[in-house]
Amino acid sequence: MSQMLAQRDYYGKALRALACREDIVVLDADLAGSTKTSEFQKVCPERFVEVGIAEQNMIGISSGLAAEGKTVFASTFGVFATGRCWEQIRLCAAYPKLNIKIVATHCGISVGEDGATHQALEDISLMRTLPNMTVISPADAYETYAATMAIAEYDGPVYMRMGRSPVPTVSKEGEKFTIGKAKVLLEGKDVSLFGTGQMVFNCIEAAEELRKEGISAEVINVSTIKPLDRETVLASVSGTGCAVTAEEHSIIGGLGSAVSELISEELPSPVQRIGTMDMFGESGSPAELFVKYGLTSSDIAEAARRAIKKKR
Amino acid sequence: MIRLAKSEKELKEVANKLRLDVIEMTSEAGSGHPGGSLSSADLMAVLYFRVMNHRPSDPSWDGRDRFILSKGHVAPILYASLAESGYFPVDELMTLRKINSRLQGHPVRGKVPGVEMSTGSLGQGLSMACGFALAAKMDGKKHRVYCLIGDGELQSGMNWEAAMFASQYKLNNLVAFVDRNRLQISGCTDDVMSIEPLERKWESFGWRVVTVDGHNIGQIINACNWAKRARTRPTVVIMNTIKGKGVSFMENNVAFHGKSCNQEEAVCAENELEEAMRFCR
Repeated sequence: MSQMLAQRDYYGKALRALACREDIVVLDADLAGSTKTSEFQKVCPERFVEVGIAEQNMIGISSGLAAEGKTVFASTFGVFATGRCWEQIRLCAAYPKLNIKIVATHCGISVGEDGATHQALEDISLMRTLPNMTVISPADAYETYAATMAIAEYDGPVYMRMGRSPVPTVSKEGEKFTIGKAKVLLEGKDVSLFGTGQMVFNCIEAAEELRKEGISAEVINVSTIKPLDRETVLASVSGTGCAVTAEEHSIIGGLGSAVSELISEELPSPVQRIGTMDMFGESGSPAELFVKYGLTSSDIAEAARRAIKKKR
Repeated sequence: MIRLAKSEKELKEVANKLRLDVIEMTSEAGSGHPGGSLSSADLMAVLYFRVMNHRPSDPSWDGRDRFILSKGHVAPILYASLAESGYFPVDELMTLRKINSRLQGHPVRGKVPGVEMSTGSLGQGLSMACGFALAAKMDGKKHRVYCLIGDGELQSGMNWEAAMFASQYKLNNLVAFVDRNRLQISGCTDDVMSIEPLERKWESFGWRVVTVDGHNIGQIINACNWAKRARTRPTVVIMNTIKGKGVSFMENNVAFHGKSCNQEEAVCAENELEEAMRFCR
């Protein structure tokens, strides 16, 4: 049975567990309580660095620390982490290929009431375009924990994103996380549902809805968006013949784009993208916004029906 | 290759040799930024041949002082300093900006021995330097971190974020140099976007401030020694300099910010610099 757990809580727990590693340094830009880096601060204040409301400086400092052998975790909200600092990340982390983990919370439209300024819907796109950058979007709290441990081991720059609110679990505690590996959660024959982040759960629900109609949907958790697991994506689509992508992000530049690019080059098949359209979000409860912006499991199921119809 | 640790007179000669390299390499490349390279030459001679602890034969020696070139467009003067102190062959300077060369138009970490960090996008070097200095503090290491910033570059707000950070974290192992040549691409810094009063700005951010003649070797050395005595605060050395220093027609000539000499100008510049070197001896 799935539980409702916040990914950021498990990010905090993972950092706490990583505190024993002397090379780990955590940077915060006045949001430690929200991003849960405060968990690290509690156990390891000497390697916790508060930079104040100065995200660009945080990335610059990260590069000096990483150049000296530190494994740096720098956290803030998705909009600031990727948008405000994009060029700093390009110069300070991606170009010199330094060991900087930019971990963003409060991504996606589920930030809700704060409105458009705080809803990162472009972050995957911004990070995916940078050479050397790995982009990860875990599906739930357990996967967030495992992914945090995995990126701490990985040598190089990483962007990892998560939302704010508790999300249903789709994986098991202690499950192994491999960077670059997508997971088939449900096997199916008629359509591939590629989800990332909390949309993986909606894909599972959509598959259930489709099953009642006699449609067999395959559900794949694509938690590493870059590098994309080409093998798993192509194997699934070669079996089903069509795909739906689902992400709490703009349909431009994120998972939908990544999967479409691959499929159009290697295995041309119908793809329907679920995500926010070319528009900003607005204030509202996360549930209301998911309905208004077309991100519910029913929207995914409907997209699956469209995709199947487009098959030759 | 020039041996390290020199007298003031010898350092003046080294600075002019570096200038000569800059003219030759940028002229050969047909592009580059000679103006700001020449204004920084005396500082670079002092740092690389006198002040900094470093081992050109062992670029990643742990005890080395770190140097971050925030104004990455003056890569030629950094490459000249590295080559002349023995990090790589001086001949290689002539590959500047050419295809497949390690000597990219702006410095790249990991490509060239002795280059600590990729720079070139202005306004970010001081933040990086703060990271280096903080890491040294965390690890109880004694080396120092030097960062060269352009004066026009100080118009970028990230410098001031870093300035706040450095004093908050008591980074007394950090020394920033401002190459105050008062010119940027579009003209005088005062006209483009004034950074004055510069000394008071740094002071108000909690830094120790000293202003020197950036072409006076003795004053630069004294400032570096004074920086070493910092107990709780970072130090900034504001160097009043002349853009294009050492070549009469390039001095205070904004045209040479990002343009190399043509063949005729290069000959003229080289003659002037060789003459100046003879004068040093």
